[in-house]
Amino acid sequence: MFNLETAAHAANLRRVVIEPVSRVEGHGKVTILLDAHNKVHQVRLHIVEFRGFEKFIQGRPYWEVPVMVQRLCGICPVSHHLAASKALDLIVGAKQLTPTAEKMRRLMHLGQILQSHALHFFHLASPDLLFGFDADVATRNIVGVAAVEPEVARKGVLLRKYGQEIIRHTAGKRVHGTGSVPGGVNKNLSRAERVELLGDIDTIIAWSQEAVDIIKNLFIDHAALYKAFGRFDSNLLGLVRADGALDLYHGGLRATDGQGGTIFDHADYQNYYEYIHEEVKPWSYMKFPFIVEKGTEAGWYRVGPLARVAQCDFIPTELAEAERVAFKAFDGGAALSAPLGYHWARMIEMLHAAEGIKELLLDNDLSGGDLVVRGERHLRGVGVIEAPRGTLIHHYRVNEDDQIVSANLIVSTTNNNQAMNEAVRQVAMQYLDGRALTEGLLNHIEVAIRAFDPCLSCATHALGKMPLEAELIDADGSVIDRLCRDTV
Amino acid sequence: MVILTMDKTFILDGKTIPFEEGETIMEAASAAGVYIPHLCHHPEFKPHGSCKLCTVSIGGRLGASCTNKAAAGMVVESETEALNADRRALTQMLFVEGNHICPSCEKSGNCQLQAVAYHLDMLTPHFTHFYPARDIDASHPDVLLERNRCILCELCVRASRDVDGKNVFGIGGRGIKSRLIVNSASGRLADTNLSVTDRAVEVCPTGAILRKRHGFTVPIGRRLYDHHDIAEVPVAGMKEPRSS
Ligand code: SF4
Ligand code: FES
Repeated sequence: MFNLETAAHAANLRRVVIEPVSRVEGHGKVTILLDAHNKVHQVRLHIVEFRGFEKFIQGRPYWEVPVMVQRLCGICPVSHHLAASKALDLIVGAKQLTPTAEKMRRLMHLGQILQSHALHFFHLASPDLLFGFDADVATRNIVGVAAVEPEVARKGVLLRKYGQEIIRHTAGKRVHGTGSVPGGVNKNLSRAERVELLGDIDTIIAWSQEAVDIIKNLFIDHAALYKAFGRFDSNLLGLVRADGALDLYHGGLRATDGQGGTIFDHADYQNYYEYIHEEVKPWSYMKFPFIVEKGTEAGWYRVGPLARVAQCDFIPTELAEAERVAFKAFDGGAALSAPLGYHWARMIEMLHAAEGIKELLLDNDLSGGDLVVRGERHLRGVGVIEAPRGTLIHHYRVNEDDQIVSANLIVSTTNNNQAMNEAVRQVAMQYLDGRALTEGLLNHIEVAIRAFDPCLSCATHALGKMPLEAELIDADGSVIDRLCRDTV
Repeated sequence: MVILTMDKTFILDGKTIPFEEGETIMEAASAAGVYIPHLCHHPEFKPHGSCKLCTVSIGGRLGASCTNKAAAGMVVESETEALNADRRALTQMLFVEGNHICPSCEKSGNCQLQAVAYHLDMLTPHFTHFYPARDIDASHPDVLLERNRCILCELCVRASRDVDGKNVFGIGGRGIKSRLIVNSASGRLADTNLSVTDRAVEVCPTGAILRKRHGFTVPIGRRLYDHHDIAEVPVAGMKEPRSS
């Protein structure tokens, strides 16, 4: 951990505020304390976390929850839909779903991964990656990308659209569908629908491969920058399949120390609270989860694409597996602890999602008629899924009358809270320390945050992207400089 | 247009509508496949005349078509801009008086209140939400009572009393304080003899009375009003398909 969480003598320092962080989903704020020589003394990423939701669903009938929790987020509603459904499967006693139900859910999930990863890479991240972190802010956006690289922008849009189509066919709607219910799903996929979706899948796979190549080549061409930018070591956490494979829908929890050492493996997530606790810090509304065994200081971790691709033993689809091997081998593993490695891992996952979608669409189980199973009722259940942004935990208790008694949600962005803070501190040290502030320099901070694809709307339960405002405030609180820009 | 003059006909929006002695305007219109927006009316139950959505102009005088009897030669207007504007405002009031959160409601797509709102092109609630504090009763093993969605149409009251012979429901309080009450000493549904197969359980036009554990099992696309306006969906008691 960097020693920039709390400055020793904050009273004499100038404060820089970057608020809200743009091109991330939701509302975040970075504060930086500088002394008279622009030396950085304190850096904090604040995300306004509002835990209204857990209260809101108390008393609601449990079968409403998978639909209702989607309102948490307009970006990855499917992840909440599925995590809640998985928790409720246990409450209705569905220990094992029917093959049709499980495969429909997996398909829905891969559609979500594809659309979310495409949106992030092409719309939110590519302007920085293609034009440079301090390129002219007027062109450093998706419109700029469309002007210079129209094919890249077009494919980005169509990849996302295809993912949304998968969601529409499995959940009934592109956003806020109802496909998954406690114990299974409410529809299968007709053969005609499968034929329709299969029509484009080879193109989608090819474009996903191209996207991997874009980010891989950036790493190769700008190795020094990409390796070092905001780099730090950390523990990693995520689900893996029983055989160690990447599995975004289901598995046991694996935590490693980032050097390959195992902290725990194949842990049953029903008991997640034995492995992970959440720390509260006075300066942040968002909690800081940590691995119990390692304690608050050393127990924080990264989740999401980088953690997953780095931790799994293999990826069970051919093209993505080859890319995983290349990713891990790059410069002796240098991409594994680089925040920008998230982009690379994310595109490998997108390729895996595209391949996985094809595999599922060819499977006749998708058109089966057995949709729901029920068994002995239980009063609590935990559902965990690897959402686009990382491990997502839903935990519910119900009463005998079928009402929700309590809920606990740990969303992906909260899991990455400490890691994002570390990345921001590292970048502040690398780029801001001792220099005059410019918009381009501040954007470096945002580039680091954006690499994690934080879904601040999940964490804050608020929606919308807002314009960026950065303020330089001196020790007695007067604004001495202000940077403003519009949202994308 | 040639207007047929028969003994037992009246004119509804320029169409000649036959009726049988004793029928209401609503009943005669439904039997002829003509839709008049309504919520508290149900062909199997005694008219209630409370929601006023079915209000029509009868020879220039306004009246509820579900309670007014058809008479030979009367001239009735229903599909006028003014009447539909009133209906829209009434529907908007129903929305703001309760807590109708369609996106997470399991009745969405099968709900008459929602379907009527679509039919009337209601795009916003317009009025300020009351956000009333209403409770839900989950005590019954198989039936959920979600008062947030009750529009006080009394269909369940009528069904329980007149068909099920149980008298489980009633309306208590007055004016804006009116609420659906349950006839048991504890006031809880679990302490009544309501059964999940009762007519009262399926008659609710909104998502206020629900069979438990069945929510969201019908996929989007296969719900009653997914592809059809409420005016095109036949209801029980209709004798001819709707022309709409
Ligand atoms: S519960 Fe349903 S049927 Fe009964 S009065 Fe309320 S809206 Fe009407
Ligand atoms: S339907 Fe006639 S008043 Fe309600």
